[in-house]
Amino acid sequence: MRMAELMRLSAQNLGCRRGGRDVFADLGFSLGRGEALAVTGPNGSGKSSLLRLLAGLLRPAAGRIELEGGDADLTLAEQAHYLGHQDALKSVLTVRENLQFWSDYLGGGEDCREALVATGLSELADIPAAYLSAGQRRRLSLARLVGIKRPVWLLDEPASTLDSAGQTRLAELMGNHLHQGGLIVAATHAPLGIAARELQLGTAR
Amino acid sequence: MTAFSALLMRDLRLAVRAGGGAGMGVLYFLIVVTLVPFAIGPELALLRRIGPAILWLGALLASLLTLDRLFAADREDGSLDLLLMAGMPLEIAIGAKALAHWLASALPLVIAAPVLGIFLNIEPRAMAAIAITLLAGTPALTFLGLIGAALAVTLRRGGLLVPVLILPLTVPVLIFGVAASEAAITTTMPFGTPFSILCALSLMSVVVGPLAAAVAFRHAE
Repeated sequence: MRMAELMRLSAQNLGCRRGGRDVFADLGFSLGRGEALAVTGPNGSGKSSLLRLLAGLLRPAAGRIELEGGDADLTLAEQAHYLGHQDALKSVLTVRENLQFWSDYLGGGEDCREALVATGLSELADIPAAYLSAGQRRRLSLARLVGIKRPVWLLDEPASTLDSAGQTRLAELMGNHLHQGGLIVAATHAPLGIAARELQLGTAR
Repeated sequence: MTAFSALLMRDLRLAVRAGGGAGMGVLYFLIVVTLVPFAIGPELALLRRIGPAILWLGALLASLLTLDRLFAADREDGSLDLLLMAGMPLEIAIGAKALAHWLASALPLVIAAPVLGIFLNIEPRAMAAIAITLLAGTPALTFLGLIGAALAVTLRRGGLLVPVLILPLTVPVLIFGVAASEAAITTTMPFGTPFSILCALSLMSVVVGPLAAAVAFRHAE
């Protein structure tokens, strides 16, 4: 992973419109390397929409998003991990096959074993993902973030369904990522367990 | 492993494992073709005359049967979002998925067709020719169907939209596929002309299908 000294993710006057309704408007933030942003707000305030905008999965109605200091050949989406509510796992593939596929496809190409150890899944590597619990599925999604190096992490409720040990491990993984110079934007209701600036989105309209 | 082959291998694995539906297409093809002699009676001359058309219709319907799941499954579990965030051009990724679908769903139809030809009183030499027309023509069905599958997913409509959108587009493939097959049986018409057009239709679809499907995804919200 290329981690430039001066990586900065910023958004200016960002507006999001979905289904004819303004979800939010005039949103701005700036995030440097090693920094985390906790996006908070009530249901329907646009936390998930903001993450999908950053991931390039929605188009902004207004404003712009920029990543300075990253790899100039790649878009922001290609340098970001998106962890949404859906876990992007195939039930009939084993834990290892699921992770190996994303590693090959997204172009991390690193050894999956380390990521499975880091998320506590190494003993489950050969069972189909269909037999995993909700928390274990979430861990497997997190293994993707660990195993494939991308500088920007976009996390939507990362701690949901994790037990307390899992949440501690998540905080460690996020801490490591920030320490290596990564950036994190996380939508959350609960405290993240890491030092993070807060971006409060307005009430639902 | 490159991103293209990774996606191709994953989709092939999903197709052949439990619930993947690769076998369903062949079974459906088998049932449709088997029903025809029961419906029209055991008149051998008639069966031989309409045999190629029956095989082509069966293959057309069977290849569309599983097509609506091509992107819908990836949308439901969130994989589609991640597929869109990779560095590989979207057209190529869609092409990989279509190729996997053709290998898993359409190629078995081509292999099963000669067996089914026995039911329809088609002689071995003609049957080989029909299998070749299916081999040349089914890529057109898969890659045209791709457009419908992508639209159905981006519009969030159910599977029935795919056949309704796609079947009219497959008319030329059906015409030239059946024409080439009949030419192989009767030998009164040249085989080369309809067969060349069939190949051209397939090649065109292989290019246009992924491009059109990618446009559908890019304009989706």
